[in-house]
Amino acid sequence: MSNNANTHILEHTDSHSSGHVHRDDYGSKMGMWLFLFTELLLFGGLFVLYMAYRTEYFTFFQLGAKELKIWMGALNTIVLLTSSLTMVLSIVALQRGNIKGSIAWLISTIGFAFGFLIIKYFEWSDKFHHGIMPGGEELLNMPQGVKVFFGLYYSMTGLHGLHVIIGIGLLTFMLIRILLGKVTPDKFVPLENAGLYWHLVDLIWIFLFPLFYLLH
Amino acid sequence: MSNSTVATSNYVNFYDYQGKYKGIGAWLLSVDHKRIGLLYLFSMITFFLIGMTLGFFMRLELWTTGETIMKPQTYNALFTLHGVIMIFLVIIPGIPAGFGNFFLPIQIGAEDVAFPRWNLTSWYLYTIGGLFVIVSLFLSGGPIDTGWTFYAPYSIRTGTQVILPLLGAFILGFSSILTGLNFIVTVHRLRAPGMSFFKMPLFVWALYSTAWIQIIGTPVIGITILLVIVERMFGMGVFDPALGGDPILFQHLFWIYSHPAVYIMILPAMGVVSEIIPTFCRKTIFGYGAIAMSSLAIALVGTLVWGHHMFTSGMSDEARWIYSFLTFIVALPSGVKVFNWVATMHKASIKPETPFLFVMAFIFLFSIGGLTGLVLGSLATDVHLHDTYFVVAHFHYVMFGGTIFVFFAALHYWFPKMFGRMYNTKVANTALAIMVIGFNMLYFTFFILGYLGMPRRYYDYLPEFQGLHQFATVGSWVLIAGILLMLGNLFVALRKGEKASANPWGGMTLEWTIPSPPPLTNFEKIPTVKYGPYEYEHYKEVVKDEQ
Amino acid sequence: MAEHHSNDGRIAHAHAPSYGINIMIWLILISLTVLTVAIAGIDLGRLTLVAALLIAAIKSAFVINYFMHIKFEDLLFKVFLWLVLLVLLIILVLTAFDVFYR
Repeated sequence: MSNNANTHILEHTDSHSSGHVHRDDYGSKMGMWLFLFTELLLFGGLFVLYMAYRTEYFTFFQLGAKELKIWMGALNTIVLLTSSLTMVLSIVALQRGNIKGSIAWLISTIGFAFGFLIIKYFEWSDKFHHGIMPGGEELLNMPQGVKVFFGLYYSMTGLHGLHVIIGIGLLTFMLIRILLGKVTPDKFVPLENAGLYWHLVDLIWIFLFPLFYLLH
Repeated sequence: MSNSTVATSNYVNFYDYQGKYKGIGAWLLSVDHKRIGLLYLFSMITFFLIGMTLGFFMRLELWTTGETIMKPQTYNALFTLHGVIMIFLVIIPGIPAGFGNFFLPIQIGAEDVAFPRWNLTSWYLYTIGGLFVIVSLFLSGGPIDTGWTFYAPYSIRTGTQVILPLLGAFILGFSSILTGLNFIVTVHRLRAPGMSFFKMPLFVWALYSTAWIQIIGTPVIGITILLVIVERMFGMGVFDPALGGDPILFQHLFWIYSHPAVYIMILPAMGVVSEIIPTFCRKTIFGYGAIAMSSLAIALVGTLVWGHHMFTSGMSDEARWIYSFLTFIVALPSGVKVFNWVATMHKASIKPETPFLFVMAFIFLFSIGGLTGLVLGSLATDVHLHDTYFVVAHFHYVMFGGTIFVFFAALHYWFPKMFGRMYNTKVANTALAIMVIGFNMLYFTFFILGYLGMPRRYYDYLPEFQGLHQFATVGSWVLIAGILLMLGNLFVALRKGEKASANPWGGMTLEWTIPSPPPLTNFEKIPTVKYGPYEYEHYKEVVKDEQ
Repeated sequence: MAEHHSNDGRIAHAHAPSYGINIMIWLILISLTVLTVAIAGIDLGRLTLVAALLIAAIKSAFVINYFMHIKFEDLLFKVFLWLVLLVLLIILVLTAFDVFYR
């Protein structure tokens, strides 16, 4: 073996020991989709519970749903759908080399996410105020089926809300990466991956909305 | 240009390589899949010994009826912890996290996994999860006493410390998911040139199938855990019947993961068996394609049979016969594997070395376990045997006699490759014999006890069972003696064993073409693969040595 | 564009990214949301649930295909997704066999 081959191996080996990773955008995207599958199954378990309890307690579910405000749920749906749009626009802008535009659309997405949380805050605090919360006075006096309805409501929208918060963190992290020049028009897959996560958050709400708010 | 069996001046094995970090940092901060695999192996063996000790004390308590050495509450905590440790910290991560991490990249001709940093993260999560479980023992309320299955409503109402160990289990689930995710992408993206899917070793097929179960199944126990925690903290009303909940739904969600989990446990083990048998038969495996496909089939069908844990819970009759039917179906691909292994051995020139002997023990023990699974899968018999010692015997035969014995086989098979040293095979074989005797003394007795009506998880029992219990307890001592002898032998070999060559067994998969221990990046040059993994007619060309 | 184990895909290239199509998809999604709310007001008995879920599924298809871009990705990704959705569906059906028949 020539000297050059030796040096190459040693250099190559050196870069490995320091954790240098070979770039693979396709693999990176595949990994993200696999992670999304785990999220589908995480929420999937809750949907299994919903299906079972709705079958058992249908009329009580309808009763419970009456306490929810359809316009707030619908507004949140539109907020999230729009945030998905701005997310995609952010990616398109980046791919077209418009970094400033990409940043603007990304900030809008984060803004809409906050909007969702604010609306949710008003929804929940209104209910808490009326004692309709886990362990709350009002709820304990309601029929079992209504208790279960709200148990599921808070669990599912709560877990979803947690994912919105995580999403805000993730998108902000991407924003910083773009500002630092680590995510660029030539290296945009991290932003796409963050977008995939965000769309999942949107998708879950697309199902939660009719199942909880539109039960009559 | 082969110099795979000769250490050249270029060859620095991965232990000796001076990277960015020194000392303990070289272990805790390395993203090298080999080091991470070893970290896992040592952690898992440690937890196994802890779980084994718990089992030892459980059997001591059951020496006599009534109280022997501990109170009932302690006993409940012991069997809970024994299950939690063995299942979540040993057997589930088990072969994939230990041997999969070390050998998957090498077997497909890669330098590492697809996401080395997520790989290290996975081990950190494993360790943190384990710590949560251990720490929970000392917190207010006392150790969790729900059984590892933490059924609602008891898990919601018990005053013991439930939240922390469940959070630990949740974190362990994340660790498992990351491993599965890494393996799937690695197999799709990093196979060496020429290695099509159907030239991959069967161990890789097994790990790939397992990885899909890890992705699809684990989140469901994740949500189950979260719901129990939230119901304990806030009185959410999802499982507790006092709030309108349905405990059977808890069981559904729980077993939707926990049944596929047993396939996470056994599939990689079966993959290892499919490696060891051709090597020691010096013959290509019978029905490679069928074995590969059977791994996928077991993964898929195994995800659908969970209701067979719930036959006496109050499920509908329609559900019960569907699950029973599916349970019988899932036995078929396992049968295909056993048949193909035996067919491989037919007219083969067998070298009965230690790993092969462990595999023979496995086939015997796992077959008993598998067949008794059918007894439990049949509705009429299950009604009598559910929640008895028969079930305990069944799952110890498949999980311990199955997965763990293969874990031991893998240790003995890949020991020379991982550590560059050989162990004393006479002592290893003796230890195996002692283990098999002790194992059957302990667990076969359980079949009898269960059939006679002894319920599981019971602290006390009727006097007529005492003789059998004592016999089993003695068996546990024999078993433990064998295990300690085996581990002691390997530990000694780590320091004093004879240096091992690159290919002491005459294997043909890629790990045997590189030095023992391997260099940091595994291969000097990524190989181009021409043949399948067990095509012994091409042995000299692939392995390039004169064995 | 099937890649086996080659260098393909290590560096991603965007194919003609456009703003317009995404805005159109968004408009469709908003319309479908309005439709969902409208339909909920009509009493179709059992069918209301079916209709609501059907529309949700159609909205999801748009999000997954266009916003999440899977329509333009390698076949492998689509196979993976269908596989996972199928398993989820079977889990729902199997559980239903218990819950519906008690």
